Amino acid sequence: MKKVGRRLILLALAVMLSVIFFIPSYQPFYQALPAWLKAIKPNKGITLGLDLQGGIHLVMEVDEDRAVEIAVDRSVVSLQDLLVDKKIPVESVTRTGPTQVTIQFQNAELKAQIQKVIEDYPAFLETESAGSANLLVWELRELETKRIKDSAINQALETIRNRIDQFGVAEPMVQRQGLKQIVVQLPGVKEPKRAKDLIKETALLEFKLLDEDNRVKMDLPTRIPKEKEAEVLKEAEAKLPVGDQILFERAIDKDTGREYRIPYLVKKRVMLTGDVLSDARVSIGQFNDPYVSITFDAKGGREFDRITGDNVQKRMAVVLDNTIYSAPMIQERITGGRAQITGTFSMQEASDLAIVLRAGALPAPLKIIQDLTVGPSLGKDSIDKGVQATLFAGALVVLFMMVYYRASGIIADFALALNLLCLMGALSALNATLTLPGIAGIVLTIGMGVDSNVLIFERIREELRAGKAVRLAIDGGYAKALLTIVDSHVTTLITGVALFLFGTGPIKGFAVTLCLGIGINLFTALVGTKVIFDLMNQRHKIEQLSI
Amino acid sequence: MLEILGKTNIDFMGKRRWAFLFSGIMVMLGLVAVVQISRGSANLGIDFAGGTAVQLKFDQAIRIDEARKILEANGLGTAELQEFGQDNKLLIRLKASTTIEEKVAERVVAVFTQEFPSNHFVVDSSTEIGPTIGKKLQEDALIAILISFVGIILYVAGRFELRFGIAAAIATFHDVLAVLGAFYLLDKEITLLVVTALLTLAGYSMTDTVVVFDRIRENLRMRRRDSEETIINNAVNQVLSRTIVTSLTVVLVLIPLTLAGGEVLHDFSLALLWGVIFGTYSSIFVASPLLLLWPGASGRLLKRS
Repeated sequence: MKKVGRRLILLALAVMLSVIFFIPSYQPFYQALPAWLKAIKPNKGITLGLDLQGGIHLVMEVDEDRAVEIAVDRSVVSLQDLLVDKKIPVESVTRTGPTQVTIQFQNAELKAQIQKVIEDYPAFLETESAGSANLLVWELRELETKRIKDSAINQALETIRNRIDQFGVAEPMVQRQGLKQIVVQLPGVKEPKRAKDLIKETALLEFKLLDEDNRVKMDLPTRIPKEKEAEVLKEAEAKLPVGDQILFERAIDKDTGREYRIPYLVKKRVMLTGDVLSDARVSIGQFNDPYVSITFDAKGGREFDRITGDNVQKRMAVVLDNTIYSAPMIQERITGGRAQITGTFSMQEASDLAIVLRAGALPAPLKIIQDLTVGPSLGKDSIDKGVQATLFAGALVVLFMMVYYRASGIIADFALALNLLCLMGALSALNATLTLPGIAGIVLTIGMGVDSNVLIFERIREELRAGKAVRLAIDGGYAKALLTIVDSHVTTLITGVALFLFGTGPIKGFAVTLCLGIGINLFTALVGTKVIFDLMNQRHKIEQLSI
Repeated sequence: MLEILGKTNIDFMGKRRWAFLFSGIMVMLGLVAVVQISRGSANLGIDFAGGTAVQLKFDQAIRIDEARKILEANGLGTAELQEFGQDNKLLIRLKASTTIEEKVAERVVAVFTQEFPSNHFVVDSSTEIGPTIGKKLQEDALIAILISFVGIILYVAGRFELRFGIAAAIATFHDVLAVLGAFYLLDKEITLLVVTALLTLAGYSMTDTVVVFDRIRENLRMRRRDSEETIINNAVNQVLSRTIVTSLTVVLVLIPLTLAGGEVLHDFSLALLWGVIFGTYSSIFVASPLLLLWPGASGRLLKRS
C-alpha cells in the first residue's frame, strides 16, 4: 500500500497538467489571459473537426496520364515550330498515342535531317518499327514518363498550396496521400464553392494567334448558344486546316443576361504560356469593369515584345484552359512586359483569376474523388445540440450516482469529472482534432469510467454485507474489482489499438480518444477514488460507509 | 443502502434454449443484412456506397412531395429525400450511379434555386464521394474489426481459457449483428457514424462480458464441487446488480442524446442504445451459456491461481 500523500501529489499533478494543456483549447478563456501567459502556451490545443465547425474536405487525384499527354503535346508543338524555323517541310507532326509522336513527310531524303533536329529532344526514343520511308515514330522514354508523373503530383501539391495561401484560409491542410492523391482540408471556409473552383482550375494560360487567312473559308457562325459547341466542332472538323483548332469565347448578352459562345479559328501553336508571368493583379477599367493586368518576367517580356512586334495588326487570343477570354488586335509592338486580360467577369472572378495566374498552372486536370462540405450553420447546430444533450445526460448520471450510492456516489462523480478533465488535457496535449466519432469515443470511455466505480462499489457492498469492517471492505472491494477492471479495459484497449492501426479517418479519431480514455480511466478508478476513501479513513475512522 | 435488486437467484442458464433461439433469429437477420450490404442492396450511406448528399435549410417549410416532383422534372428522380421537419431541413441523397464529374450537388442546388425562388435556403452540408473511396473505407473497417477480434480472443483465451475467448467474441459478434439487422429491417441508413457506433457497442459488450466472465472464473476457482451450471448461474446473479446499474447509467446518457442530440447524433445514439440493451442481454444469455456448450475443460485450466 502506497502512502496517501504520494498519490495525492500524483493526482494534483495530473489535474494541473491537464488544465495547463487544456487552456489553449478553450478560446474565450485563453484570449482573456495576459500576453506573457499566452506566450508560454505549450501546445495548440484541440481543433474541431470539419463535421463540428464546417469546412471542406477534398480528396483529389491528379490525372497523371493526362499530364504525360500534355507534356508530349507541348513537345509536338515546339517540334513543329523548330521544323518550320529550320525550313524542313514536313506534312504533319502528331501525337499518335499517349506517349508516341509520328512525323510524316513527302520527301524520304528529309529523314536524316529530321532525325538530326530531334536530337534536341533527348526525352524521346526513335522506335525501329516505323516501316515506311516517309514516316518517323518517336516514343517518350519510360523513365521520362515516370518523371513527368512524379513531378505532376508534386507540382500540383505546390500549386494548390500557393493558391490556398493566397485565398486566405486559417489552418489549411494540403497533403499527399498514397501515390497520387491529394487531400485538402479547409476548416471553416465561408464560400466552399468558390474555394473548390479555385483549387480545381487548371489555369493554363496561353497566347495563340487567330488564323485569319482561313477564317472566311471556315465560315464559322458569329455567335452560338452555349449548348451548340459540340455541334460546331463536329461540322468544322472535316475542313479544319492543319495546325489549327477551334476555341470558344465565353460572352454574356448585355440585354438578356444569357451566356453565349463565339467560335474562333486559332492556330494551335502556343506563342507564350503563363509560366513566364511574374505577377497578376486585378484592375478596374474605365467602365468600371474589372480586368486582370499581368506582368511578364524578363524572359517573358522579351518574348512578348518580339511576338507582338512580328504580328502587328493581327489578332491574338488570350486562352485560359482552352477558353478564350478575349482576342484583341495587336495595335503596336508591346514593350513594357505588361498585358491585360479582359473578358466578361465579375470582380470576384477577376480576383480569383489573378490568384490562379500568380500561383501557376496545374500540370494536369484534377479529379475530385471525395468532397465533403459542411456548412458552418450545420456544424454549429450539431455542436449546440450535442453539447446540450451531453450536459443533460451527464447531469442525469451524476444525479443517479448520488442517489444510488450517496456519499460514495459523489466520489464517483468526482472521478468522472477528473476523467473528463484529464482526457481533455491529453487530447489538447496531442493537438488532436475532435470529430463526432471522437466524441463517441469519449462517451464510451465515460461509460466505462462509471462502470469501474459501479464494479468497485458493488464489491464493497458485498464485503459489507459479509460483515467486514468499513476499512477492510473498501480495501477488499478495490482488490477484487481490480482484476475485472484491468481485464475489461485491456480487451477494449485491444479493439482501440487495432482500430487505430488499421482504421482510416473518422475511425482513427474514435480509436485515439478510446485508447487515451481507457488509460486515464484506469488511473482515476484505481488511484483517484481510492485516495479519497483512504483519506477519509485516515482522518477519522469511519464506522458507517455511505454507499 | 439503496438497491434496485436484492440478492437474486434466477436460473438464467435454464432458459438458454429460448435465448439461443431468439439470438439465432437476430444473428440470422444480421447475416442477411451483411449479405445485402455486400451485394450493395442495403441502405448503405454514401460514405460507403459513393454518391452525393446535399442538405438544405430553407427559410420556410417545404413540402417533400413538391421537392420530389421538381427533382424528377430535372432528371434527378433517383434522389432519396428526408426531411427534418422542425427546422425546415431537407436531405437529398443520390447514390453512386451518378459520377462525381457531373457535379450533382451543384445541380441540386441550382434546381432548388430556380424552382423555389421565393424560399431562400442555405446549403448545410454537401458530400460527394467517389465509389472507389467507399470501397476502400469498407475494406479498412472490416480489416480493423477482424484484427481486433483475433486480438480479443487471444487475450481472453490467455487470461481465461480458449472457450471464454471464443464465447466472448461470439457474444460481441451477436450484438453487432443484431443491431445491424435491426437497422436493416428499419431501412435505416448505414453510415460511417453508424459503423463507429457498432464499434463502440462492441467495446461496451466486450467489457460487459468480461465482467461476468471474471466472476465466473473467480467462482470456478473457489467452489470446485458445484456443477458448472450452478456456478455460472451464481456468478451471473452476483454481478446482476452491477450489470443493471451500469446499463442504466449508459441508457441515461443515450436517451437524451437520441431524443435531442440533433440529426447527426440521432442514428448514432440509437444504434448505441440498442447495442447496450443487446450487450447486457448477451453477456447473460449468450456468452455465459455458450461456456456450457464447450465440453471437456470444465474450469480445470483455471484452478491454478
